[in-house]
Amino acid sequence: MPDIPAKAAAPSASSGSVLLTVMKLRTFIALIAVLIFFSIAAPNFLSTANLILMSKHVALNAFLAMGMTFVIITGGIDLSVGSIVGLCGMVAGYLVLNGIDLQIGYTIYFNVFEIALITLAVGILIGAVNGLLITRLNVAPFIATLGVLYVARGLALLSSDGRTFPNLVGKPELGTTGFGFLGAGRLLGLPVAIWILIVVALGAAYLAKYTPLGRHIFAVGGNERASRISGVRVNMVKMFVYMFSGFCAAIVGLIISSELMASHPATGESFELNAIAAAVLGGTSMSGGRGTIGGTIVGAFVIGILSDGLVMMGVSSFWQMVIKGLVIIVAVVVDQAQRRLQQRVTLMQMAKAG
Amino acid sequence: MSAIAEREIILKLEDVSKVYSGTVAVKRANFEVRKGAVNVLVGENGAGKSTLMKIIAGVERPTAGRILLEGEEVSFSSSGDAVNRGIGMVFQELNLFGNMSVAENIFATREITNRFGKIDHAQQENRAAEFLERLQAGIRPDMLVEDLRIGQQQLVEIAKAVSLDARILIMDEPTSALSAAEVEILFKVIADLKARGVAIVYISHRLEELIRIGDYITVLRDGRITGQEEMKNVDTQWIVRQMIGSDAKDFAKADGHLPGEEIFRAEEICLPRATGGLAVDHVSLSLRAGEILGIYGLMGAGRSELFDCIMGRHGHSTGDIFIGGRKVKERDTTRRIRRGLALIPEDRQREGLVSILSVASNLTLASLSRFARLFHIRGADERQAVTQVVRELAIRVADPAQEVSSLSGGNQQKVVIGKALLTGPKVLLMDEPSRGIDVGAKADVFRTMRKLSRDGLGILFATSDLDEVMALSDRIAVMSNGKLTGMFDRTEATEAALVAASALGHGPAPHTESTAHA
Repeated sequence: MPDIPAKAAAPSASSGSVLLTVMKLRTFIALIAVLIFFSIAAPNFLSTANLILMSKHVALNAFLAMGMTFVIITGGIDLSVGSIVGLCGMVAGYLVLNGIDLQIGYTIYFNVFEIALITLAVGILIGAVNGLLITRLNVAPFIATLGVLYVARGLALLSSDGRTFPNLVGKPELGTTGFGFLGAGRLLGLPVAIWILIVVALGAAYLAKYTPLGRHIFAVGGNERASRISGVRVNMVKMFVYMFSGFCAAIVGLIISSELMASHPATGESFELNAIAAAVLGGTSMSGGRGTIGGTIVGAFVIGILSDGLVMMGVSSFWQMVIKGLVIIVAVVVDQAQRRLQQRVTLMQMAKAG
Repeated sequence: MSAIAEREIILKLEDVSKVYSGTVAVKRANFEVRKGAVNVLVGENGAGKSTLMKIIAGVERPTAGRILLEGEEVSFSSSGDAVNRGIGMVFQELNLFGNMSVAENIFATREITNRFGKIDHAQQENRAAEFLERLQAGIRPDMLVEDLRIGQQQLVEIAKAVSLDARILIMDEPTSALSAAEVEILFKVIADLKARGVAIVYISHRLEELIRIGDYITVLRDGRITGQEEMKNVDTQWIVRQMIGSDAKDFAKADGHLPGEEIFRAEEICLPRATGGLAVDHVSLSLRAGEILGIYGLMGAGRSELFDCIMGRHGHSTGDIFIGGRKVKERDTTRRIRRGLALIPEDRQREGLVSILSVASNLTLASLSRFARLFHIRGADERQAVTQVVRELAIRVADPAQEVSSLSGGNQQKVVIGKALLTGPKVLLMDEPSRGIDVGAKADVFRTMRKLSRDGLGILFATSDLDEVMALSDRIAVMSNGKLTGMFDRTEATEAALVAASALGHGPAPHTESTAHA
């Protein structure tokens, strides 16, 4: 991948368009490259067990990255997702262990399905808070979500006084058993988490491509004023993307605590950075208006496989960070080169057409 | 002003051409600028005046030709280069920093500093005050530029150019937003500069102004220079003949259909200005189906703001609008579009288009719900609508999936119009629909307006081009300083009456200290 920008100097139109295709598929090519590299360099890398384990790791980041992609396409950023993961995990854990005390001598316990719904609702609600701050109170997305990052993390710590909710097996007489299904269950040989990822990803990709809301998300990021004049409900669109991001974070919170059968309030710290990295690696433009769900998923896989593969090779975690950073920077540099090349090819085509 | 003939030439352009991707803006122009004189440049919109001036000021580089400054060939790589050689320019679009004070703007990039590199604000403000004093506009150097009226901002721009001590000073439409009193002051400043031997290049649309202050006149048409004379040898008719040439503008003839019932009415529309006063001041007007109502006015007269109010873009505007006799209670843009209003904004890039999306996505952006069943966009319906609009409006595009930014200005404008039409409007608001597009596209746009009015749409269009408003409108409203100052039938409107009405209510600058100091 690093040698692509050097070739960008090639002047002729035909080689330009070939190069353009290569650059458009760069994340995919990078994915195949890391797969090939690690299958040679790390023994057992291609074993089924390892692949499934890796895809579970990737799935967590992929959920967050999808939510992040929509937010970034509208020209915003959501720094609060990591904290939402933590808080939602705590909400789920609390409900499994304690239920809700009604203060009149009764305590309501929910079954696992209801707990999942409530947790998702909490995630969406925090997303809505982000959205309201940004649309109604005109707080810059970076600041609004930074504030919510701290608030949500603080609430997560407060919920248990900083302790972990352990042993979330639940009690059969209260109907709270089965929480482990999300994180450890399997359907047709694949982890449940992967199935959920497939469903959400397909839904998000459909939304982006075939619905007015999806089109509006891109329009708002491309030119907010023009969108407003065209009758796009800009505020509603923004509310939606932050709520969707909160929803994705809540799923991750559920899956992690279900996997561990415990909720820890510090879960999800710095997850937002991985999510942004995956989105950017997948071709989402930080200035808004550009990005795809497919690209983001591939980006999440590149990052996930890279870090798992390096672990298997025994590379120190310090070097892993350096490598991850370099990959992200190279991705953006190539992205810029592609933009320029695209413009040149378009101009040449126009000149040819007369 | 008698001994003009021996005024020496300080700057000379020889066979200068400028080509932009696709269009030739200036073709082999020969232009002379004389010392101690006002060198006037006229031409219609898009004739190439601004491009020519940008070449002289070093903003643009000529594609071909030579520039001679005092007989020596020069090549400016930036406007800074030109400034160093003594060439200053007052731009038509204001190039000011709204977030900085007047003094900071005047001395931007050549700040007065002390020995340690710290900006000497007191010194800057004193010096700025001297220049502002000459303009008598009641502007204080410590005011923020964004708190000033457009006219005052234009004066700051002029003060900035004067402060350069330039030998050649280019003024591109310096009076477009000035009141009559402010224009008088500007003319005094110009006379003063002239007496000091400064060569002034003056661009304006207002012929009476040119004849009054000009010494030499050069006329541009379609990028070519069609006439160069001493002002005392020419009259208005000569100028118009050189400007328009034999072929008159193609405005598409009126077809004589009669307007129908009232389709739109605005009552008492008001919009407060951030700096106090009203940007739109109790404007009421009515429009009939199939009628084209032109709104004429100078820059900053409140035309765009009126349209914004009608579209519901300002929550704090007051007044009522009616469509087909029924009051529109909805106050947001989305629902007003559904009620049958559509706006074609003045600033295509900033407000009209989402430039990174495709032509097709831009066209259907405002009308997606038409193509959606529940939440699913039916691709076939959308494609069909796009193809139809592309054909009807003669948008020149190879593939509607192309990015809209790859189109020429005229075709981009057609995309904006197409987007508005796809919403199925009853009333179309067009703000400067012919700005910045080539002659052919203009004719297409005018033809489209005629056709739409024949189909029964009501069209409100704002323009600062007299010919355009006279040729296209069934009735003409004139706005000045936020107020409706005249309403003429096509048969009774004269250019003189329109110009007079557009200058009403332009007194000396109102004092707005309270906001500037708060």
